[in-house]
Amino acid sequence: MLIKRNPNGIDIPFASEITPRAVFESRRTFIRQLALGSIAGGALLEMATREAFAQSAAQKLSAKTNSAYVVMDKPTAYKDATTYNNFYEFGTDKTDPSHYAGSLKPRPWTIAIEGEVKKPMTLDLDSLQKLAPLEERIYRLRCVEGWSMVIPWIGYSFAELIRKVEPTGNAKYVEFVTLADKKQMPGLRSPVLEWPYVEGLRLDEANHPLALLAFGMYGEVLPNQNGAPVRMVVPWKYGFKSAKSIVKIRFTKDQPKTAWNISAPQEYGFYSNVNPDVDHPRWSQATERRIGEDGFFTKKRKTMMFNGYSEVASLYAGMDLKKFY
Amino acid sequence: MFNPSARQLAAIKTAVFIVALLPFARLVLFAVIGQLGANPIEFITSNTGDWTLYFLCITLAVTPLRRLSGWNWLLKLRRMLGLFAFFYVVLHFTTFLWFDHFFDIDAMLKDVVKRPFITVGFAAFLLLIPLAATSTNAMVRRLGGRRWQTLHRTIYLIAPLGILHFWWMKAGKNDFEQPILFGTVVAVLLLLRVYWSIAQARTQKRQVSPRPN
Repeated sequence: MLIKRNPNGIDIPFASEITPRAVFESRRTFIRQLALGSIAGGALLEMATREAFAQSAAQKLSAKTNSAYVVMDKPTAYKDATTYNNFYEFGTDKTDPSHYAGSLKPRPWTIAIEGEVKKPMTLDLDSLQKLAPLEERIYRLRCVEGWSMVIPWIGYSFAELIRKVEPTGNAKYVEFVTLADKKQMPGLRSPVLEWPYVEGLRLDEANHPLALLAFGMYGEVLPNQNGAPVRMVVPWKYGFKSAKSIVKIRFTKDQPKTAWNISAPQEYGFYSNVNPDVDHPRWSQATERRIGEDGFFTKKRKTMMFNGYSEVASLYAGMDLKKFY
Repeated sequence: MFNPSARQLAAIKTAVFIVALLPFARLVLFAVIGQLGANPIEFITSNTGDWTLYFLCITLAVTPLRRLSGWNWLLKLRRMLGLFAFFYVVLHFTTFLWFDHFFDIDAMLKDVVKRPFITVGFAAFLLLIPLAATSTNAMVRRLGGRRWQTLHRTIYLIAPLGILHFWWMKAGKNDFEQPILFGTVVAVLLLLRVYWSIAQARTQKRQVSPRPN
């Protein structure tokens, strides 16, 4: 067998060199079949099954790629996207969520949709997932801390759900509430935020086709640390606007009081659109570092208005985005 | 009471030197084997910042430890410990200047002026430079013991500035656990000095005031 060394001498492959899951799994099946058929295949069989077992924790979730929502940037390595997370319910260090989110039970799960809607409903995960066909979309993700990733999400436009529940004329905003269960989320012991975590969007923002209700990423169901089993992804806003592990969605008359806005209103506004011209009080937002790609000696890249999603600009026509930051 | 011989003291110094270099060695090792995580520059910045504060605390702890234990030889380690605080802050600052600003001094200075937490950290760094520069025996002699000591007492200002820098950096994230810990340690170490100097002033007064009527 030909053993190829990675030319960059590092054992982390470039994202472009990562074998798609489907391909390596079919290889495993092949090895397994080969092993079964051979006399000296005992060791091989063991190898094949052991690796297959290690993979079985992640559940596949297939979806058709929606090419209208695919950025050409190279996707962030799965390992980086799942070990470098802000999810304070599991701790404030970036590595805390991947260490401690194992205690979250993403199934069974119900989600309540209530407030100013004609058809309030409580759905289990499967019913929610079946409301609309799942799509894969590759989005940029820009964190307010000045780093970014590129992630292939799986889900459907939140607008599909809005259509099903039929908001009343009073509905002006949508509020998303994250699970707050001390038994499952050790970070809740720390008073860094007011729990439960609440985020919100204006109804027209939530209705924009880009706003995604996501159930998976990288062809699998969401890992716990990334907001399993269901989260929002609002790619033209800073990452914290996208609530994770959602248990409740409320349609409201008034602007929701959101967790980060309560905690530090001068730093985190309700809108929090990605905007290179509005600095965070403690650092510039003009540039960002792409995780896993921009190394030590690469200059940080320029941040784009609305994270490059200029199609949302009309939502803010006539608004002073320095004031409504 | 333990009082090391010259040879023992040399051994202790060597050991402390090696131990104090371990955090740096760890960073280098992690860089080589690719264990600095998804955002290596952030890792290095926060790690070197942490170690600067640790060494400031350890340096400030020498005098109280010496007084409480009677181990006067501890004083002989203080210069090295202080210089390690300087070593880690230089790494911290270099990371900021190099990988955040790519030596764009203009942009860096704008950051220093515009953002209070950087202003304070930068001030603390600048104030440490004269202390590091006057750490040699020759400089102590040139300045004279008293003036040297006055200069080096700026550390009582530098350490709280360092904590404030860290505090403000964490403030927006509402994550005060570590700043509170560092702040408490530094406060205790400084308050002990205040307490001792008050106590000393009192005894001196008592010695002076009794007078025959």
